[in-house]
Amino acid sequence: MRLLFGLVFLVAASQAAAQLSIEITGAGAQRTPIAVVPFSGEAAVGSSLTAIVRADLERSGLFRGLEVPPLSPAPNENTPVSYGEWRSRLADALVLGSVGKHADGRFEVRFRVYDIVKQAPLGAIAYLFTQDNARAAAHRIADFVYEKLTGEKGVFSTQIAYVVKRGSTYELQIADADGERAQYLLRSNEPIISPVWSPEGRRIAYVSFESKKPIVYVHHLSENKRQVVASFKGSNSAPAWAPDGKTIAVVLSVEGGSQIYLLNSDGSGPRRRISNSNSIDTEPRYSTDGKVLYFTSDRGGSPQIYRMSATGGEPQRVTFKGSYNVSPRPSPDGRVLAYVTREAGKFQVALLDLSNQQVQVITDSDRDESPSFAPNGRMILLATVRGGRGVLSAVSSDGRIRQNLPYSGGDVREPAWGPFNE
Amino acid sequence: MRALFILLAFLLAAAGCQTTPEDQAAAASVEDRTKPGAGKPGAQAQPVERPKVAAVDVTSGRKDSASALKDPANILSKRSIYYELDKFDVRDEYRNLVEAHAKYLRENPKTRVLIQGNTDERGSREYNVGLGQRRSDGVKRMLILLGAREDQIESVSLGEEKPQSEGHSETAWSKNRRSDILYSGEF
Repeated sequence: MRLLFGLVFLVAASQAAAQLSIEITGAGAQRTPIAVVPFSGEAAVGSSLTAIVRADLERSGLFRGLEVPPLSPAPNENTPVSYGEWRSRLADALVLGSVGKHADGRFEVRFRVYDIVKQAPLGAIAYLFTQDNARAAAHRIADFVYEKLTGEKGVFSTQIAYVVKRGSTYELQIADADGERAQYLLRSNEPIISPVWSPEGRRIAYVSFESKKPIVYVHHLSENKRQVVASFKGSNSAPAWAPDGKTIAVVLSVEGGSQIYLLNSDGSGPRRRISNSNSIDTEPRYSTDGKVLYFTSDRGGSPQIYRMSATGGEPQRVTFKGSYNVSPRPSPDGRVLAYVTREAGKFQVALLDLSNQQVQVITDSDRDESPSFAPNGRMILLATVRGGRGVLSAVSSDGRIRQNLPYSGGDVREPAWGPFNE
Repeated sequence: MRALFILLAFLLAAAGCQTTPEDQAAAASVEDRTKPGAGKPGAQAQPVERPKVAAVDVTSGRKDSASALKDPANILSKRSIYYELDKFDVRDEYRNLVEAHAKYLRENPKTRVLIQGNTDERGSREYNVGLGQRRSDGVKRMLILLGAREDQIESVSLGEEKPQSEGHSETAWSKNRRSDILYSGEF
């Protein structure tokens, strides 16, 4: 398969004027108060590491950053901690650290996390980073703190992809999970939809309409090149990565209708058809273990979610409540299925507990679409419309915390949360 | 069917008369020829040219039939088929349109078309790609039943991505549930 170099895409410099910002609306009832004390020596880095760490932790909805007055002398990771004093400042958790500079110009941050309630240090670590990677270092610190305090991996170092429509221009962008450091992979005068990250996070598959019809591409992020993987006669859309990263499920109309096929992700080899119906079968998504494909089908008269073996076979219906259930997204742990349901003309995100079939609608707007789980399963990123504009929104998987990610430069849609960094 | 072809031929001819200067001149020269005593030396040449132009216009001559695709008075310039909510069949009011395009494809076997199916903005983008495909596949099937060849036609879907009207009301949505027919060179 032929590789296309530098046609309409370039990794552009970060555009500070137009980027995602984050407003937290509903917050969890019980947020752990945490004091992230400014690290001694961090002023030399230029950007405040601890301010980024604090913002990350607050964005999770699980923490509330405490204001800490300047302390003298400034404490660091080796300063003895007076648990009683921090308790009286109402902190349940504490982070102390310092930043030093090496002869080669790199910075080293060392920090320690404390549980004030249990009066115990939880762990310490050091990271080396160059000045232009200060934000990435701060996200790594936040991930460490989050994991020590919750027992789950943090997602602050992950990236998100989404599409921005500005006038008649479309951009596929990637950014840090906090919306910063955005750059575009593809700019086009025709629509771009359905970006999905490969399991290892180095490739993104998407659908571009630049040839007046939908064609599936795979974009290699580090080499900044892309490849056509599905350009059959008719429509080519709805890519989904198998967990092995070698197979992509796509929807093709080459034999009429819209049916699910498997392709090698490098575009080699023949296509293998795995759905056989006279209906629309689309939006395939693999379960984390790769054994099951969830998909949307209107074989029963209305669009509903079905599941079948990832190698094909007889599908079983998964959703029963309502007349419009689409866009299945299995959670990373495989226990829950997020999808979009229509009720009374409103499109909202619902969660189906696959063990007991309980359904919970977790959003309350009316044009929600394209849900995407964070790799730790804690949050779901989705596209919605506010004030007539497309915006991204993140909702906790219990529905209690919702954040809006307004974007100053256009309509944002089609979010896709990337995997954990290796 | 035959009535339609006659109608179509009439439309083609009528369209030609109304818009191209050559045909207007030719029509005038017909008048001249039937009037006794109108035989001016300069007028003799024109009737020779006239039937040549008309003949090319009616048969499959490429240039003139291609211009029929753009001629606002010609049904072939009508390229959009609109649908009711959740409907995919070509309504009776668009049958003449589809028949005219099928005839054109029959008579111009090298010509190819792209049919783009579209939906309104509601619902999943990818499911809407499927719904748009169902619309364009329907037009393709009808064109083939009317004599166009399968390899002349590609049916694709743009889903909800290319609305004709950007509004968010039924008026806008009814403009966006459509199939568009594009000829070679237009896509």
